Amino acid sequence: MAKYISKRLLQAIFVLLGVSLVAFIILHLSGDPLSLLISSGATPEQEAAIRTKMGLDDPLYIQYFRFLAQILHGDFGESLYYKQSTLSLIMNRLPATIQLTFAGILVATVIGIPLGIIAATKKGSVVDSVVRIIAICGQAIPSFWLGLMMILIFSVKLKWLPTSGRGTFAQMIMPAITVGLFSMASVCRLTRSTMIETLKTDYIRTAKAKGLHKARIIVVHALRNSLLPVVTTIGMEIGHLLGGTLLTETIFSWPGIGSLAVQAITNRDYPLVQTAVLITAFMFVIVNLIVDLLYAVIDPRIDVTNAKLE
Amino acid sequence: MKRKNISLIISCLILGIMALAAIFCKQICPYDPNAQDLTSSFIPPFSQGHILGTDNLGRDILCRIIYGARISLFVGIVGTVIGFAVGVALGIVSGYFGGIIDTVIMRVGDIQLAFPFTLLAIAIIAVLGAGVKNIIIVAVITGWIKYARVVRSDVLAVKKMEYIQACKSLGLSHLRIMKHIFPNVIPAAIITATLETGRIILMESTLSFLGMGVPTNVPAWGSMLSAGRTYIMTQPWLCIFPGIAICLVILSVNMIGDWLRVFFDPKAE
Repeated sequence: MAKYISKRLLQAIFVLLGVSLVAFIILHLSGDPLSLLISSGATPEQEAAIRTKMGLDDPLYIQYFRFLAQILHGDFGESLYYKQSTLSLIMNRLPATIQLTFAGILVATVIGIPLGIIAATKKGSVVDSVVRIIAICGQAIPSFWLGLMMILIFSVKLKWLPTSGRGTFAQMIMPAITVGLFSMASVCRLTRSTMIETLKTDYIRTAKAKGLHKARIIVVHALRNSLLPVVTTIGMEIGHLLGGTLLTETIFSWPGIGSLAVQAITNRDYPLVQTAVLITAFMFVIVNLIVDLLYAVIDPRIDVTNAKLE
Repeated sequence: MKRKNISLIISCLILGIMALAAIFCKQICPYDPNAQDLTSSFIPPFSQGHILGTDNLGRDILCRIIYGARISLFVGIVGTVIGFAVGVALGIVSGYFGGIIDTVIMRVGDIQLAFPFTLLAIAIIAVLGAGVKNIIIVAVITGWIKYARVVRSDVLAVKKMEYIQACKSLGLSHLRIMKHIFPNVIPAAIITATLETGRIILMESTLSFLGMGVPTNVPAWGSMLSAGRTYIMTQPWLCIFPGIAICLVILSVNMIGDWLRVFFDPKAE
């Protein structure tokens, strides 16, 4: 187990290094960083002085290592637009994005798993077809359109829910559904197919032969084993959800990292874009690491000591 | 099975009609999609000769949707084809040679998958700038790894088969042997391709929605939605119809993908 964990940790560190390299390249490909930092009235001598002072004359790999060292010291640079540390800007917005992501996961699991179970137990029935249509539509509707249509129906026409903002539970409902719908569809489909497989196994037949109540068989016996792949999917869906928050936050004026990043791109505030990319990717890597380790804990059959990291 | 076929036929029909409309848009559209006429702005649907109404600048929404189909379908198809070619080639090379080549290709893919893909797409567009060509580049960059992964695992299985061993003992070149491996990886790659087409079309409309897609003078579904957003309280049809177009296309592509999956692997259902 310790070997597996250390191997997996090493891999995560490797990926994070790659992420930092990509983020570094993004800032450098976006043009001469100097042109963003100084006013147009600077003389060539002043420019050269700033260039040397900032180390922009050094070879790129040295600049990269310096960048890496700065990150490790918690120095992510300064926003060109807000004139303050990008890290503190992101950290201020982080709770809102995490809250939205969790709300999305909640929507995905609390609706997706029961729908999948119902469809599996009533395989081939009308209920199954209805669930299938919901799942297929859930994967085809763009989240930003869903958000707009919900605003149209629930805010404009019915006047039930507020269109934007963060704070109350009512303000949470539409963003949570918008973020979580796609993942809900994936979770629902996966739960259905694994549940169908599990219901075919011998031990379920034994449980039935014992005369156990159907609900008990499904919830206590079958669900446990069916949920394993679902856990992995949820881990992977978090990437989707984090990406989805970008649009959802923009539509519902949710004060998170996503809307900040979109604004930063419009403002050509590259240091802020870079930090947003770094922090989001960092969270994603950590979450996947946790999910992988959890998976090994939940399912003792997985022999992690010999698991190859393919 | 029968119901499956009906949804397949409907999906093919929808895509076929969209494709034809996109190809012959100049012939079938009675209005210029960019012609502004402020005297006829905000005409509601099904009135005054505008089937889906007009937008804030008096432009016919149906015509703009038909012209928008050109962008979406073009980006979807070209992005998928290039991604397919790059991903399958890298997947075969990765699985066939193994070793350091395999490690490098797969690790680059790992790093890429560590980015939420919308964020990666936006970051790349922020650097490259907007435009159809750059959207396709983003589609390929974010998509190739999906083909490479499924193809690689197929190649690993096929590589051990006797006929490949026979090829090797005959002294065929690597390229020739890879040619023999190629047909085996097609089913998995095609299933991936249908999923990818839907994803790329969605990505294009997402980027256009955020104002990072095609130039503003080219009608695209995503930018129509974001322009219509301002008027959702009073003129909702500006938002409703482009969204339906996006849903229909992605739904159809996904349906065909589902059908292909069962077609190539009947046990999957």
